[in-house]
Amino acid sequence: MEIKGKVFVFGDDVNTDEIIPARYLYTHDPEELAKYCMEDARPGFGKREDIRGGIIVAGENFGCGSSREHAPISIKAAGISCVIAKSFARIFLRNCINIGLPIIEIKDISGFKEEDIVRVDFNEGIMENEKTGKKYEFKSYPDFMKEIILSGGWINYAKNLVKGEKDG
Amino acid sequence: MGKTIAEKILSVKAGKDVLPGEIIVAKVDLALVQDGTGPLTVEVFDKFGFKKVKPSKSVLFIDHAAPSPRKELSNAHNILRDFSKRTDAMVSDVGEGVSHQIMAERYVKPGDLLVGADSHTCTGGALGAFSTGMGSTDLALAFGLGKVWLKVPETFLFNLKGKLPKGVYSKDIILHIIGKIGADGATYKAMEFTGEVLNQLTQEARLTISNMAVEAGAKVGLIPTDETTREYLKMRGREEDFSEIKADPDAKYEKVFDIDVSSLEPVVSFPHTVDNTRTIKEAEGIKVDQVFLGSCTNGRIEDLRIAASILKGKKKNKDLRLIIVPASKEVYLQALKEGLLEIFVEAGGTVMAPGCGPCVGVHEGVLGDGEKVLSTQNRNFLGRMGNPKGEIYLASPATAAATAIEGVITDPRKYLG
Repeated sequence: MEIKGKVFVFGDDVNTDEIIPARYLYTHDPEELAKYCMEDARPGFGKREDIRGGIIVAGENFGCGSSREHAPISIKAAGISCVIAKSFARIFLRNCINIGLPIIEIKDISGFKEEDIVRVDFNEGIMENEKTGKKYEFKSYPDFMKEIILSGGWINYAKNLVKGEKDG
Repeated sequence: MGKTIAEKILSVKAGKDVLPGEIIVAKVDLALVQDGTGPLTVEVFDKFGFKKVKPSKSVLFIDHAAPSPRKELSNAHNILRDFSKRTDAMVSDVGEGVSHQIMAERYVKPGDLLVGADSHTCTGGALGAFSTGMGSTDLALAFGLGKVWLKVPETFLFNLKGKLPKGVYSKDIILHIIGKIGADGATYKAMEFTGEVLNQLTQEARLTISNMAVEAGAKVGLIPTDETTREYLKMRGREEDFSEIKADPDAKYEKVFDIDVSSLEPVVSFPHTVDNTRTIKEAEGIKVDQVFLGSCTNGRIEDLRIAASILKGKKKNKDLRLIIVPASKEVYLQALKEGLLEIFVEAGGTVMAPGCGPCVGVHEGVLGDGEKVLSTQNRNFLGRMGNPKGEIYLASPATAAATAIEGVITDPRKYLG
């Protein structure tokens, strides 16, 4: 799997209140949530056409705060294809795996500029900033999580668990 | 090899000896969702074709926007009420209070595995339960299967030493710790608290510490159980729920932090991150437009008593609003009996229905543009209280009460004799 997209740069500690403020949590319709994606970090972001297919590049502790799954849902529904950050908050990471939003943790990322073009090769574990030519390696997910992602998310993976239980 | 509290509980729930880093599927004892996260859980649960909830106690809390301020949320509440009727999940409706407080009062017990679609589910760690927040899909599966997948966390030990000075509370301790290690200082880790200071803290005060573990990125904030825990459960007719939970003496910790509380002063978190902490001296004099006393962090009876002792016979500053939200019906009734609510109202405050209150910014107490609030809640992120043009300062109930009187952030010690 490979993706390529335009970069949108965010800082450290981007929290879920900024990604999707609670005042928009009157719905969990992805299309509606997409409109307010990153609203308090960058007002109007979710309504921009040019973010479709884009890649968010951020600093430490991306997605900290509330457990709201609406946060990765809004990012995915807004058309963002991948989030790359120095680190992710725990619950946010779980939620991304569960809903199938690709995320990559790369400790040493710096020097990214808004609208750089990035290519991510998930099979090889390589991310390249095509503007600067700089390449970064990343560790792929642990096997257990890969299985979940390959199954199409935790729901499908768990379906097999349930099936196993019913059979056994 | 010795085990930390987290490793002990997860070994039981996984049915085998577990090690940090291992990914396990564990049996869930209690599961919760709230009105923000619950409707999505219901949708996933139904998609999956589950019929009944599996964990022995599954609770749907209507607490974030209770009573509802708009029709969409009223409809969301009804989704939860309908779900309760058809699946055996319990509903905790408007007027009952905030999930984490009710879980502590009525349901969670030492050794339990509690998962909740709310990040502050970690509150239950103060009762020796492995208690952690997750997303809506995780909870749908936890409801349907009675199981979750978890990575066994490494543990950071916080050894709380010394004597807690007057005017300094558990809220100040945990804000101090988060300021020290940072908002991601314990990401993925279990925080475990120990040391002589625990003997100086009531069960209520301990819940405040565990509640904020997630603000350092932690999965869980565990406190060993003791006579204080037993007494807390006994007072609620739950003494049989007590068991002793503590780490083995030779447990292995990834890091150990010694925290001497003797020299601590009241702490204030400045906007817009919890780890942006300063001492009260650096905060004094900042004018605020609103004071909020309440939330799953500091809306317990002890918190209201502390604030009432400062506000008794006094008036709040005329230029600010003072909002009080008891964390639960139990707290509300007790405060009523003790005359605390009268003190607040006489002081010019307004007492609202038990629940999350203004903390998450979906109903009552939303800030105006450029306004500042001093709040006893756990989070001060930009926009948290409903307006990205507002600023949130976090502190203890004592600091909140003193600030309410003076209209500017105030050191509570001057009111404590």
